[in-house]
Amino acid sequence: MIGAALSVLQPHLPVLQIVVPLIAAPACFALGRGNRAWALAVAVSWVAFGISAWLLATVMDTGPISYALGNWPAPWGIEYRVDALNGFVLLVVSGIGAVTLPYTRRSVAHELPESQQGAFYTAFLLCLTGLLGVAITGDAFNLFVFLEISSLSSYALIALGRDRRALTASFQYLVMGTIGATFIVIGIGLLYMATGTLNMADLAARIPAVADSRTVLAALAFIAVGATLKLALFPLHFWLPNAYAYTPSVVTAFLAATATKVSVYILVRFFFTVFGAAYTYEVLALDNLLIPFSVVAILVCSTVAIFQTDVKRLLAYSSIAQICYIILGIGLGSETGLTAGLVHLFNHAVTKGALFLALGCVVLRVGTPRLDALAGLGRAMPWTMFAFVLAGLSLIGVPLTAGFVSKWYLVQAALEADAWYLAVVVLASSLLALVYVWRVVEAAYLRPVPEGAPSLAAREAPLSMLIPTWILAGASVYFGIDTSLNVGVARAAAQFLLGSGG
Amino acid sequence: MSATVAIQLTIAIPLAGAVLIALTGRWPNPREGVTLTTAGLLFLTVLSLLPAVAGGARPTATLIEMLPGLPLAFEVEPLGMLFGLVASGLWIVNSIYSIGYMRGNREANQTRFYVCFAVALASTMGVAFASNMFTLFVFYEALTLSTYPLVTHKGTDEAMRAGRTYLGMLLGTSIGLQLLAILWTWQVAGTLDFTAGGVLAGKAEGPIVGVMLLLYVYGIGKAALMPLHRWLPAAMVAPTPVSALLHAVAVVKAGVFTVLKVVIYIFGLDFLHGTGYGEWLAYIAAASLLAASLIALSKDNLKARLAYSTISQLAYIVLGAALANGLGVIGGGMHIAMHAMGKITLFFCAGAIYTATHKTEVSEMSGLGRVMPFTFGAFMIAALSIIGLPPMGGLWSKWYLALGALEDNQLLLVGALMASSLLNIAYLMPIPLRGFFGKAPGNPGAAPGAAPGATVAIKEAPLPCLIAIGVTAAGCIVLFFVPDLIVNLLAPIAAP
Repeated sequence: MIGAALSVLQPHLPVLQIVVPLIAAPACFALGRGNRAWALAVAVSWVAFGISAWLLATVMDTGPISYALGNWPAPWGIEYRVDALNGFVLLVVSGIGAVTLPYTRRSVAHELPESQQGAFYTAFLLCLTGLLGVAITGDAFNLFVFLEISSLSSYALIALGRDRRALTASFQYLVMGTIGATFIVIGIGLLYMATGTLNMADLAARIPAVADSRTVLAALAFIAVGATLKLALFPLHFWLPNAYAYTPSVVTAFLAATATKVSVYILVRFFFTVFGAAYTYEVLALDNLLIPFSVVAILVCSTVAIFQTDVKRLLAYSSIAQICYIILGIGLGSETGLTAGLVHLFNHAVTKGALFLALGCVVLRVGTPRLDALAGLGRAMPWTMFAFVLAGLSLIGVPLTAGFVSKWYLVQAALEADAWYLAVVVLASSLLALVYVWRVVEAAYLRPVPEGAPSLAAREAPLSMLIPTWILAGASVYFGIDTSLNVGVARAAAQFLLGSGG
Repeated sequence: MSATVAIQLTIAIPLAGAVLIALTGRWPNPREGVTLTTAGLLFLTVLSLLPAVAGGARPTATLIEMLPGLPLAFEVEPLGMLFGLVASGLWIVNSIYSIGYMRGNREANQTRFYVCFAVALASTMGVAFASNMFTLFVFYEALTLSTYPLVTHKGTDEAMRAGRTYLGMLLGTSIGLQLLAILWTWQVAGTLDFTAGGVLAGKAEGPIVGVMLLLYVYGIGKAALMPLHRWLPAAMVAPTPVSALLHAVAVVKAGVFTVLKVVIYIFGLDFLHGTGYGEWLAYIAAASLLAASLIALSKDNLKARLAYSTISQLAYIVLGAALANGLGVIGGGMHIAMHAMGKITLFFCAGAIYTATHKTEVSEMSGLGRVMPFTFGAFMIAALSIIGLPPMGGLWSKWYLALGALEDNQLLLVGALMASSLLNIAYLMPIPLRGFFGKAPGNPGAAPGAAPGATVAIKEAPLPCLIAIGVTAAGCIVLFFVPDLIVNLLAPIAAP
């Protein structure tokens, strides 16, 4: 019977990917406080992960899946379209969701009053829905709608932070995020004006005919700026450190691993599928902007990270730098470069997720993510800190970790393009990463523990938080050794994007 | 046991040992039993590969294909065989020594110490047997990271600063320079496999070869070629067994071993010799070799003096590689074994002196030889071997290196080698001589009747330390009589 039910559901899995968390979100609110809402959210996140795993496997097997929403055929109705690229992104987003949600119960119980917990899970699931929706939809305007769902819910999540500064951080992000989203919708509007369609595949087919017009050029410019604002590309990154620093720990982990990645996806989707690589790189020559900005960001933000005294902010600045690795890969525009960018999208999500989850364990036991509060934690919380070290090594890019694989491809792409200085920048920034990661390691393992330090009373984090942390920390090592999934899919996606061009 | 399995076991045995050590951490005796058993098994496994390799076979094994075209794979060739034998054999001796030292000094965190040691040995085996530059790099970095907790073992501020220097310089050079060189090679040659005759011939030419050579040689920070040598004296803050096995044998030899591998199998001897850039490198190495010897003269701390001596001796091997002729690389390869045996003995002695008397400065050791005759006797033997005097093994490697330099009519380099030997005498020999014949420092608070030079009670280090010292000191002498074994083993790498 289950088999029969599955075979009925199977063709509808693309829409169920969105509908399941969307419906569960208000249900969480109805279930109210505490564990029931949490249990539902966890179940939903696992279903979502299962669906995206199935979707990606099918896409890799048989090619892109198209799903017409409400049976309205493609150019008129909304189309959900899954190919190697967004199948990959869906897997990352739902995977991170499935790992972080079990973690939330203890972390949220510690950081939020009970009355807010139902609302927390609602916002969390809405955010998940929005991010998945952005990734899966094949309709430009629908993409904007989902982007707003995810953004609005993430403003709410950030504002839930204990610190009152969370409110200003959330407001800052709201202003910047709204500007970004508005730019994107203006761009989409211009495209609609020029071509009369909103379906991405249809847009790709029609844009060449109107490619000479300034409208299309302006559309690309607006979308590029909007997306780079959302993904915090230097110099549009000022909202990010505060937003990450004052948010509840688990939200930081989730957003750091997914939200910026989805914005990167928007960029890639419009650059390569809608406009086509030739238009993006030859007509508007966006690489002339993306590459220098990334280089500056990688160097400046890695350096700024070194001087942070709050580990959350340290990791936030590191995120800005790491995202720019992705942008750098994309900016190079070659197959290797695009592969490097997409591989790093995956690897950084796993790595940074693990780091923020480990930090969440520290906040639970010590009460603060400040660097000096970490003294002695290597002994008090050995498992948590060791997970942090493993993921930290991946951030640096040590061999046998996922981060190394990203760097390998990125440097290779730079060398292929004869861009020596880029190879040097990437490797030099690894050393900056070494410095900021090692500040944490030294604090945890080698600093003398002052009298009355919070770490003296700290115990190891509960298993419900430790296991998710270790799943991601383990993954950041595993995907550095067995690269068939991350490199395999990323390469397939890169070939798909460059091969068909639309 | 097939050779493929044996190769995989050389990585697996120490790793499994590390896990078992961690599990038996609560009970010191079983824990040390695990260490010794692991070391013994590892050595036997490595030894089981020797007949085949000496017979000309090149056993291989592949673990996993990490990236397309870049597998983690192993192939045992003569140079790696020699390095593997030296490292795994000395691990047994060093483990015996560690037991005496760590307990004698009541060091904390001994379980962590032994676990990291085992992981470091697994990484060393990976370096020794790697069949391509990618695999070598992976294990090279693993070696750096697994030895970091050993360097910072004491947990003091000094150890933390030393750890920073250690990690910063080793990871910095390897990621910043070596990885770039590797990727460049991959880009130019399309392969990173160690191939007889090299992979770069015909693919790269002109100044590019020189730049790549510099990137490699300075990227391999473990070779401690000046000016990238500071991490090695810094690492001396570690407990002495670490300095002995890792910073006289495994880690530093992994560095020069990598230099030799790169020169022989990536560049190719003939290719490098033809370009003439090897000659420049040889002069850099000669300068490093003399400068380090001069600095060693000025060091009063015994371990620091030995560290600079190591830097100088490593430059011998780089020089051998840079000559890029058969005699040079054979001399360099031999020196890996000869210097390892001598220097580990010297460090053992330094640790024994520290354990017995807590003295670290050379100037405090006058007359100490009469208190610790066995230790200072062994020190003498090892020092003679490092200097290169018969009847010690160290003679042969210097012999071949000098012959290699002569073959190219590099009289200046020969002169540098000879001058450095004289400097070796100047900084090593005073230690045992003052120990035996020097005046014990007068102690104003001592009883007035105690005349200087009176017979003193013998007070040596714990027995396990002495056993280890005896074995390696004897090794220095044995190696003098069997150089042909090593030369025959290494001969194929010199043949084009």
